[in-house]
Amino acid sequence: MTVLIDYDAGNVFSVTAALERLGEEVVLTDDPSTILSADHVVFPGVGHAAAAMEKLEERGLVDVLCAVKAPFLGICLGGQLMLSSSDEGPVRCLGLVPGRVMRFDKGQVHRIPQIGWNQVHYKDSPLFEGIRQDDWFFFDHSYYMDPDEGSSLAVSQADAFTYSSAIVMDNFFGVQFHPEKSGRAGARLLANFLEVR
Amino acid sequence: MLAKRLIPCLDIKDGRTVKGINFLSLRDAGDPVENALRYQEEGADELVFLDISATVEGRTTLADLVKRIASVLEIPFTVGGGIRTVDDVHRIVLSGADKVSINSQAVRNPQLITEAASRFGSQCMVVAIDVKAAGRMPSGYEVMVDGGRTPAGLDAIAWAKAVEDHGAGEILLTSMEADGTKAGYDVGITREVAKAVSIPVIASGGAGKEEDFLEVLCDSCGADAALAASVFHYHELAIASLKAYLQSHGITVRF
Repeated sequence: MTVLIDYDAGNVFSVTAALERLGEEVVLTDDPSTILSADHVVFPGVGHAAAAMEKLEERGLVDVLCAVKAPFLGICLGGQLMLSSSDEGPVRCLGLVPGRVMRFDKGQVHRIPQIGWNQVHYKDSPLFEGIRQDDWFFFDHSYYMDPDEGSSLAVSQADAFTYSSAIVMDNFFGVQFHPEKSGRAGARLLANFLEVR
Repeated sequence: MLAKRLIPCLDIKDGRTVKGINFLSLRDAGDPVENALRYQEEGADELVFLDISATVEGRTTLADLVKRIASVLEIPFTVGGGIRTVDDVHRIVLSGADKVSINSQAVRNPQLITEAASRFGSQCMVVAIDVKAAGRMPSGYEVMVDGGRTPAGLDAIAWAKAVEDHGAGEILLTSMEADGTKAGYDVGITREVAKAVSIPVIASGGAGKEEDFLEVLCDSCGADAALAASVFHYHELAIASLKAYLQSHGITVRF
């Protein structure tokens, strides 16, 4: 059973649908014991970092998420909130992966938000098993993940600027793109995640 | 590098896809879910669904349709048409749409952009801007509302900048005069808007042949995506071969 974290932050319908297409049983919940007993935890998110952190705190979820031992996947804002802090606020985040979230600089990136399909260049990881190197994923974001050295799992380019599009620390994975909206490559990534034990 | 996007647009009335030219003489063009899956298979990068239902009943079926689409579609989609309040935006986003497009209501109440963007994120707020040539405007183009029938008294470039300031994540720019002609996008106003704002710009209206897409997506014009309806719907252009054509001319596309 996969738990999808319920904290009223965005597009859970599409993530649920994508996991269900893979035959997975999905439970949308904010109940700590259900979260901590899940086989996999998916942490979605769309919107504003500070507002999302506030909702996590209201529901008492910060410590719960930090205590998850099962494979954990943060998507988009969910991935960003896994870092130590975000400039979108600014706000202190979960600190599951060392690093911070920064806004694209208008001097370096001519379109903000970055909306559309971009290539993902990954390091060897079970998450990207069977996915073509530099395959395309769908992104929709104005802020990017800037993890400390060693926690970056994949990179993408915004114009000439290189940023992390996937991060990892132990059982915690985060992706900046939307696998649930990224066609076959995205479906494969979600299937790979469900294979991680 | 982000790929330039090709976006088929489907007009929806009472839960069915319809086709018409310049909002006239509609005919049934199938089930939106089947149409959407076909476009996904053909390589579309995103889809836009514009609800043109005139009745309350027609509109209430929209949320159900959005859920049906989101259950099966593996690419992003935008839903527009008749969205007037933050609650309308919420309902469509909850149903699984990635982005919501607002048009006339943004002109009447620009705060709607700001409120919805702060609640759901700028990335999901698309502002559709319909424009028509008007000599009295500084840019030579005026914003039109109510399906292109009513001049809004706003300059196209000034309004594009204003929607960015209000928190829009993207602009869907339609030239009313080019729309339905298949004589090419209006490159002039598209270039001016693309230069004036830093949010992405989707060009719309007038696509007829491969060269039209190249012209509007190349660096000298600067649109980030091109939307079209008829040429895709009637298979006049195949998305895969259109992408191959664009790639051979130096445009980054997704395969």
